[in-house]
Amino acid sequence: MATGLKLKELSKKEDLFTHGHRMCSGCGAPIVVKMILLATDYPVVASNATGCLEVSSCIAEYTAWKIPWIHTAFENAAATISGVETMYRSLKKRGKMDKDIKFISFGGDGGTYDIGLQSLSGAMERGHDMIYVCYDNGAYMNTGIQRSSATPLGADTTTCPAGIAIPGKIRPRKNLTKIMAAHNIPYVAQASPSNWMDLMKKVRKAHEITGPKFINILSPCNRGWRSKTNDAISLSKIGVNTCYWPLYEIENGVTKITFKPKEKKPVVDFLKPQGRFKHLFAPENEWLLTKMQEEVDTEWEKLLKEEQCV
Amino acid sequence: MKQKGWKDLAPGSVILEGGNAVNFKTGSWRAFRPVWIEENCIQCLFCWIYCPDMAVKVKDSKRNEFDYDFCKGCGICALECPGKKGKKAIEMIEEGK
Amino acid sequence: MTQVVAVTGNEAVANALRQINPDVCGIYPITPQTDMMQRFASYVSDGKVDTEAILVESEHSSMSACIGAAAAGGRVVTATSSQGLALMWEMLHIASGDRLPIIMPVVNRALSAPLNIHGDHSDAMGARDTGWIQLWSENGQEAYDNTIQAFRIGEHMDIRLPVMICLDGFIISHSIERIEYLEDAEVQNFVGPYKNFLPLLDLDKPKSYGPLILPDLYHEYKKAQHEVMAKVTDVVLDVAKDFEKMSGRSYGLFETYKLDDADIAIVILNSAAGTTKDVIDEFRAKGVKAGLLKPRLFRPFPYRKIADALQHTKAVCVMDRADSFGGYGPLFMEIVSALYHAKDKPLLMNKIYGLGGRDYLPEHAETVFSELIELANGSPLKNVKEYLGARE
Repeated sequence: MATGLKLKELSKKEDLFTHGHRMCSGCGAPIVVKMILLATDYPVVASNATGCLEVSSCIAEYTAWKIPWIHTAFENAAATISGVETMYRSLKKRGKMDKDIKFISFGGDGGTYDIGLQSLSGAMERGHDMIYVCYDNGAYMNTGIQRSSATPLGADTTTCPAGIAIPGKIRPRKNLTKIMAAHNIPYVAQASPSNWMDLMKKVRKAHEITGPKFINILSPCNRGWRSKTNDAISLSKIGVNTCYWPLYEIENGVTKITFKPKEKKPVVDFLKPQGRFKHLFAPENEWLLTKMQEEVDTEWEKLLKEEQCV
Repeated sequence: MKQKGWKDLAPGSVILEGGNAVNFKTGSWRAFRPVWIEENCIQCLFCWIYCPDMAVKVKDSKRNEFDYDFCKGCGICALECPGKKGKKAIEMIEEGK
Repeated sequence: MTQVVAVTGNEAVANALRQINPDVCGIYPITPQTDMMQRFASYVSDGKVDTEAILVESEHSSMSACIGAAAAGGRVVTATSSQGLALMWEMLHIASGDRLPIIMPVVNRALSAPLNIHGDHSDAMGARDTGWIQLWSENGQEAYDNTIQAFRIGEHMDIRLPVMICLDGFIISHSIERIEYLEDAEVQNFVGPYKNFLPLLDLDKPKSYGPLILPDLYHEYKKAQHEVMAKVTDVVLDVAKDFEKMSGRSYGLFETYKLDDADIAIVILNSAAGTTKDVIDEFRAKGVKAGLLKPRLFRPFPYRKIADALQHTKAVCVMDRADSFGGYGPLFMEIVSALYHAKDKPLLMNKIYGLGGRDYLPEHAETVFSELIELANGSPLKNVKEYLGARE
């Protein structure tokens, strides 16, 4: 019997991702991992791309993972878990394995949008029974806040610093969730730790679907976003309420927005508390704010239309 | 403490004990300490679900004390705490004060 | 009962893999290996093996998936060549560092640029330092036999390391030879069931593979890996002994041909050894005491035993089908290192030959032996390293 999605019930479960990990104070990623594992009522095996979560959770003979876990390299968390899952199927076929196991792969945006995109695309196309979870904090945070293709327009990073000649990142984000949807896999979703029930429901749903699943989860990084250590949840909530990070799912090609903000907030509400966007509020960079709002609006309108296309 | 020699290591650097990070305490990272004010607590458990460090102890679905061995003092719990009648059940105070 | 067949090297190795029936196989095409995994894929499709094939989108993912599969707990194979092996390079170190006995035939091919699909040893020599055991094969029979033995070596409970089986692209992979196949049951009995070691899929004992290790321990982990490699030689010999009992075919760490009383010798890997042996017969007929040493186990390199076998000679040419630009050929460097500690040592020269599939002909071996005669007779050595037969 599945644990009810109520905090009182969930709190009775064992933490399969333990304290003693060394993620920064206030990091969003461990919250994401914890929620995913709490939502999972099956035995689960995970892979992890090199990155913050990996180096901080399994370091110097200490592991925060109470589940079988494997890290091999940066660009191949999906390929690695695809091998584990294939061995599982092979052993099952040969009668050497009788348990039902679920497989999850974790990668940051650098390891997923950029260097790991091929490996992810390949694993999805091959149809492995797995969930790939991208915890998207919008830059290479582990190496010190370098821009990735998930870095939002205008953001100041260490490789696209906001200077006099170039005002931070001048290219918009890649829409990876849509790229994954274009693989025609049975389930693709976007989630946020601020909306924990929505996130957990998506994980639950994904586990019940056979085949490859992809969930993109906004994961605030107070170091890279240059915000406060206490705002991982509040910022991700604003990200959702501004429609910068819409919560939706695409199940067998059908788009459903799982949360529509009562009042769509202006994107500046999301940008303002973050030091990485500070320069955008200078008069000469105002055009970037306008462009960012336009982009968020366009994407949101597109999503609403897609939802109506059922 | 005697450091391990090469013969003492697990083959392939595999860590054989899942979740042994519980032996690595991160409480000393804290600059601010969350303090739980029980009378203002409505037992919503938001602090528990949002804690990145699994440092809110819950027993039989009831919130208990913070686990200061692991709490890094980020303050998410205090910010997200709805409290009771406008009074927070979690406050952050500076360590050492 | 031995079955005698006329097949290509690729087919022979694919057949060995079919006989072993591994749990998981990573498959990705690259010339000249393609035909091997293609054959294996048809065994999968035709139900001749129980293997689950992973039809990956690159060699990097192939090795990554093989690592995941091997860590999960089971017998894993893949095969590659050239650029494919180069793309795997990062993951090769992880396979060996994680102590996963993945078995991988490498159909040796040149590396780009310029692009060339033909046989040379640049690929496997580039993987020399990746912590894999390397077995080299002169012909299809040796490739077949080495493949079967590789499982016993890599999966040995004292070893648990990945193994490459090297065979020359096209020259061996695509040439039809007379090969003796063992019975399926014999092969399965020889290799035995896969023995698990720290399987990730053991839910009762959750393990973490691939931690971040800091300077206080990394050095010790690498020392441990070094110590494991030091045990490989004995295991290779033990496995060869058992293999000989079954097949009647004898294998060592290297093969010698008329070397015991030789004054001059060639050290050479893989298919070119055959041609060299013929030329040795010619020179012997003329009264020249010529001989050959053909390494089989290149990693770990049996330095002492090879030095013992060569030290009585007067002059030796080490032939490399790969170059270390700005350095000597990779095999030459090993032979020099081996002989440095020997009491007596021959004069040594290094020839780079046959790159990018250039034919190695009897006349090339004849040229080398003629030079060795002069060197042994006191002529000065002009250049330690020279390209053999390169047009001006």
